[in-house]
Order: sequence, then C-alpha cells, then structure tokens
Amino acid sequence: MSLYASGSQTVGPYLHIGLTWLNTTRIAGPAAKGERVTVQGRLVDGDGAGVNDGLIEIWQANAEGKYAHPEDRQKKALENGFRGFGRIPTDAHGNFRFTTIKPGRVPGRGGKLQAPHLSVTVFMRGLLKQLSTRIYFPGDPAIAQDPALKLVPAARRGTLVARRRSKNVLEWNIVLQGKDETVFFDF
Amino acid sequence: MSKLHAYRRFHPGTQPEYDFPPYASTAKRHPTQPLVIVPQTLSEITGPVFDTDDLKPTDNDLTRQHKGEAIGERIIISGRVLDENGKPLPHTLVEIWQANAAGRYPHKVDRHDAPVDPNFSGAGRALTDAEGRYRFITIRPGEYPWRNHYNAWRPAHVHFSLFGRAFLTRLVTQMYFPGDPLLPYDPMYMSIPDEKARVRLISLFDWENTVPEHALAYRFDIVLRGREATPMDDSPGE
Repeated sequence: MSLYASGSQTVGPYLHIGLTWLNTTRIAGPAAKGERVTVQGRLVDGDGAGVNDGLIEIWQANAEGKYAHPEDRQKKALENGFRGFGRIPTDAHGNFRFTTIKPGRVPGRGGKLQAPHLSVTVFMRGLLKQLSTRIYFPGDPAIAQDPALKLVPAARRGTLVARRRSKNVLEWNIVLQGKDETVFFDF
Repeated sequence: MSKLHAYRRFHPGTQPEYDFPPYASTAKRHPTQPLVIVPQTLSEITGPVFDTDDLKPTDNDLTRQHKGEAIGERIIISGRVLDENGKPLPHTLVEIWQANAAGRYPHKVDRHDAPVDPNFSGAGRALTDAEGRYRFITIRPGEYPWRNHYNAWRPAHVHFSLFGRAFLTRLVTQMYFPGDPLLPYDPMYMSIPDEKARVRLISLFDWENTVPEHALAYRFDIVLRGREATPMDDSPGE
C-alpha cells in the first residue's frame, strides 16, 4: 500500500497552548559531557522585525557524535537521560536563547564525517510548513569539508555558521527574507 | 547490519507553498531563495523519542483537566498514524491544541469577543499504541473570526503536531470537520493544492467509536513521510 504524507498546516498564533509543555532552554543536562555553549539569536521577518510568535526545535547528537535514537548504531556511549531535543519559543522581540553542548561529528553519506551541527526546525504563524536549517560552530576546521555546506552557494554559507560573542556564547540569527537570508534545506 | 533507508520526497501537490498570497501572513515570512536540496543523513533520519513518562494520565482527555466540566459538545477524536507505506507508527507523540466551544483560545493574543471556559485549556497529547492508534476526548471547537481579509472566519479545527521516527517526518497540521461550510473560503485549508490531499485533512464521522448517551466520534488518520524501497547508497548508522 502506498499513501501520500498528510498536508502541512501552519501552527498559527496560538501554538503556545499546545506546545509550551515541552519547552526547554537547556538541551543537555548536567550529566552530558562536552563543551557547554549558549546559543542566542533573533528570528526576523522580511521587514527586519522580530517574530514574536515563532518557535524553533533543535535536534542534536551528544559530544561523541551519537544520537539518542535506535537507528544510530554507532558503538559510542550515550549519557543517561540525554535526548538531544529542545523546543524554544521566541520572545516578544523575536529573540531566542538556549544552552547545550557542542555535538561531536556524525557520519554523513559514504561514511564521511560531517562538521558538528545542530539541526533546526522553524515554526510560526504565516509559515504553512516548517523550515529546516542547521547551526554550525565557528572556527571548527571540519566546516570546510562538510558535505551539506559544500552544496550551499559559497556566498550564503555564512548564514549557517554561528558567530562567537564570548568564550561560551554563540550568536546565530534566522533571517527569513532579503540580504543575509538564512539558507533553508530541503531533505 | 541492516542498511538504513532514506525517506521519500513529498508527492507533488500535497504540501502548501511557502508563499501563498491568500494567507496574508506568508508575505513577510516565506523564504525568497530556493531551498537547498541536500542528501539525508543520520541527523535527519533520527529524531526525539518520547515515552509514557513524558505524559500524564489526563493528557488525552481535554474535558477532565480542571475541577469542573468543560462546556460544549463532548467528542472523541481517534485515528491511526501511518507512514506512506501504510505501516503504523507505534509509540509516537501526538500533540493537539484547539479553541473552546465558543471559538476562543485561552491566549493573550486572542481578542475575539467570545467567552473563555475556565474548565477547558484546549491542549492534549498522547502516544500512539503498538498499532499506531491514538485517542482524544475533547470538546468540539467553535469557528472564529480572524483578520486575514474582510469577514474572514476559520472553520472549526484542531491543530495536530507529530514527530514520527525522524526529525524530517515532523508534521504540524490541522484537522477539520465534515460538512463545514467555511472550508472553501479558508486560505489555510485551500493552501493544499491537490484536492484529494486537502480532503484528507477533513475527519470522518466515526459511528463505530461513538459512545451512546455520551459522545459522538470523528476519525482522523495521519500519514507521515515513508521510507524509500531501496536503502541509502551507504549506511550512516553503522
């Protein structure tokens, strides 16, 4: 039997009612190993205005590059209670902020290792289906060889790499339209 | 060592475009550059796993989350979560939210002049069982006006959010009710180009699951992206 996936619809303006229960600004608990980072940024629309009713979801591997999922069969350790998922709403100005650990490198196609990254899904009123993107870590030498980044036009790659604001604080913005428009992926 | 299978791409016409002028809010919130197509990796074919510890017993009964009775017509919404190959998706999280019987959300940005029901929050969640089935008890939501265009009204609907087995099977959608006269005028419903795909967002009246002298029932099956028949050219999970 072959079916087609159900159609996507917007989360609308009242998304918080159904989705807030799973909000967390701390993706990695105290047991998680690895370099602790805070990621902060702003979700802005085509007028440059902050989106105050947006939501992002983060999915990531642990510091060893292992996902908390049965289909990740790599022989690598996973800390107890590590899920690797975060749901973060934007505030009244479109800002978001969360803390986590920098993930390790996970394999891509052909066994080639990818640069460390966080997978990001974006939801908001006015968006009929979610947007997918990634956050890469500044200064990581693996970025130059990352298979997904290589498919992005060179001039736009920078939108996927966070900027370092201080030792443990990274800034990464989501720009929906115009100059510096964030690269979104179609997987 | 079994090989991993990638997920199929969406069938044409089944998904809305980002830029959809009849829904005014898409104007400043859609990407103007084409999406970059990249191969799926372990990062996309894995995703968060939830279990019963994440839920409370009353999470799937929206009529019993407060001291008093929720006002409105009690209904049962149930169905199955399947993939495109018709395989049920067991133990996957289903989240819902909706307006109350008067068409009002308990939310600070909802200014509609209709009463809030202190006994109805309008949010629920459930895990599917081993056969991919879920079940909610709730109140039939009311229609409500919005300001997209002159005299705009949303048809009665329930928001659904699902994860499936992978981060790329994530789906947020809306369930509608059979025979709703507002559907052809609703930009959100009409944003799905293919008529057959659109109609699948309308629940079916479900006589078998009605509870005599208690509640009518609606059936809503949800299909998430399915796997390709042939494995990826390599196996990123080993």
